Amino acid sequence: MAATAHILETDADAAFLAAERRAAWRRRLLPVAGLAFMLFLWWAVVVIFDVKPFVAPAPQVVAATLYGRFGVLMTNLAPTALEAVLGYLLGNATAILVATAFVHRRTVQEAFFPIAVLINSIPIVAQAPILILLLGNGIAPKVAIAAMICFFPTLVNMVRGLSAVNPQALELMHVLSASKREIFFKLRLQSSLPYLFSALKITASTSVIGAIVGEWIGSQTGLGALIIQATFNFDSALLYATVAVGSCFSITFFLLILALERVCIRWQPAPLT
Amino acid sequence: MLDHRMTDPAPVAVSALVAVECTGATVRFASARRAVTALEDVSLEVEQGGFLTILGPSGCGKSTLLRLIADLVAPAAGRVRVLGDEPAVARKKRSIGFVFQDATLLPWRSALDNVSLPLEIGLREGAPPRARDPKELLKLVGLAGWEHALPHELSGGMRQRVSIARALVAGPKVLLMDEPFGALDEITRDRLNEELLRIWHETGVTILFVTHSIYEAAFLGQRVLVMSAHPGRVREIVPIDVPEPRRLAVRESPRFVAIAAHLRALLETC
Repeated sequence: MAATAHILETDADAAFLAAERRAAWRRRLLPVAGLAFMLFLWWAVVVIFDVKPFVAPAPQVVAATLYGRFGVLMTNLAPTALEAVLGYLLGNATAILVATAFVHRRTVQEAFFPIAVLINSIPIVAQAPILILLLGNGIAPKVAIAAMICFFPTLVNMVRGLSAVNPQALELMHVLSASKREIFFKLRLQSSLPYLFSALKITASTSVIGAIVGEWIGSQTGLGALIIQATFNFDSALLYATVAVGSCFSITFFLLILALERVCIRWQPAPLT
Repeated sequence: MLDHRMTDPAPVAVSALVAVECTGATVRFASARRAVTALEDVSLEVEQGGFLTILGPSGCGKSTLLRLIADLVAPAAGRVRVLGDEPAVARKKRSIGFVFQDATLLPWRSALDNVSLPLEIGLREGAPPRARDPKELLKLVGLAGWEHALPHELSGGMRQRVSIARALVAGPKVLLMDEPFGALDEITRDRLNEELLRIWHETGVTILFVTHSIYEAAFLGQRVLVMSAHPGRVREIVPIDVPEPRRLAVRESPRFVAIAAHLRALLETC
């Protein structure tokens, strides 16, 4: 039990703790070793099969590009990051509000949920041109695409989260004569947080995909535009470097949301009965 | 010798001293194909400050009886009064406290915040008129010093203590307990049984306590209401005349053993 836990430093305990520490380092180092092996494999394939630089670059060439053209990469990351973050906020906020409406009015859910499913079934690369025709060539369509890609996972999870309340807790609320508003704010919202955060983590990475796909179609700046340019110029090193920058940003965004989750959910979710 | 069957449905005048009263209460549920009668013609009366345990095999409707009194299910026939009010009115007046089989604590709230929950909600019906200090109640249930622990840091028995404190915080006149110690180990259950009697003496609250343990029913109750199943009916109300104050050792006394044997015989012929 956390409140009463204490550590006695006897010899046996010290040995046990040392073993635990070794195991922890092992867990940390193995993925690094795995990554290093894959980079080596990549390098070996390029060298052995004499792959031409316009087909695929060697890893050290990509590293050099990352260093040498860092300025260009960062200038193009800025708009993409802005679009992804704005789209993320817009898409998730909308999804949370719509989910709340769905849970409170069954009729609304029955009428509009199938439409949400229908829109979600349109591939994002097909949604993109439609939104660009609708919203022009500026930042708006990219934000909209990032928002669209975030909307559905959060909607589905939030509806589940708001509905997945311990039935006995609902009975408790009834005995306490709670109003619908009180049940929502004191019970449903809190118990939906684990569901909400699993969607927020997924959409943190997908919002970046949305922004990049948006930039593929009619944009002069951004990682998406850079990817298209690099491909047309057979500049495979720049292409790979851009992709690496995009994934680093995705991972950072994901880890940020993970940290936020740790702050917001300090309790263990109750087993659902 | 112990027969106090209450099958006489003569209307009882609402006395100021009656806390809970059921007259000919019947509850039906609609299942997929047919209507199921969960309770049939149940009449009972518990005076204020009384302790009635409700004993019966599983599925006999003892929980339904408690839920009927708490306004969690509606009667198909008959009447139910809590301090002279209909259950829904009594609930809004904060006359009823309910303890579930699971502690049903909100996992993101500390022990203290879980106890205070009833003081934060249902406020459109007005603030609870007899609100008690949540800290005092945690002390009453033996959890002083655990105010800031989260539910997952507490043992099952401690969680159930928190839920008892929560049920008492709005100052209810009637405490309904639905197998609250059913999921606990025997040692913890014994200890909580003794403590519940102490809490009952200290608060003067009326308690209706559902259990399927013969010993628990006889140890806690001033009277034991034995139910029979399919449909749930009152089989007999058995007074428990063992000396007060009760300690766990009373369960070895010849009188207690005789009562337990009688209760067991009643259950076996249900």
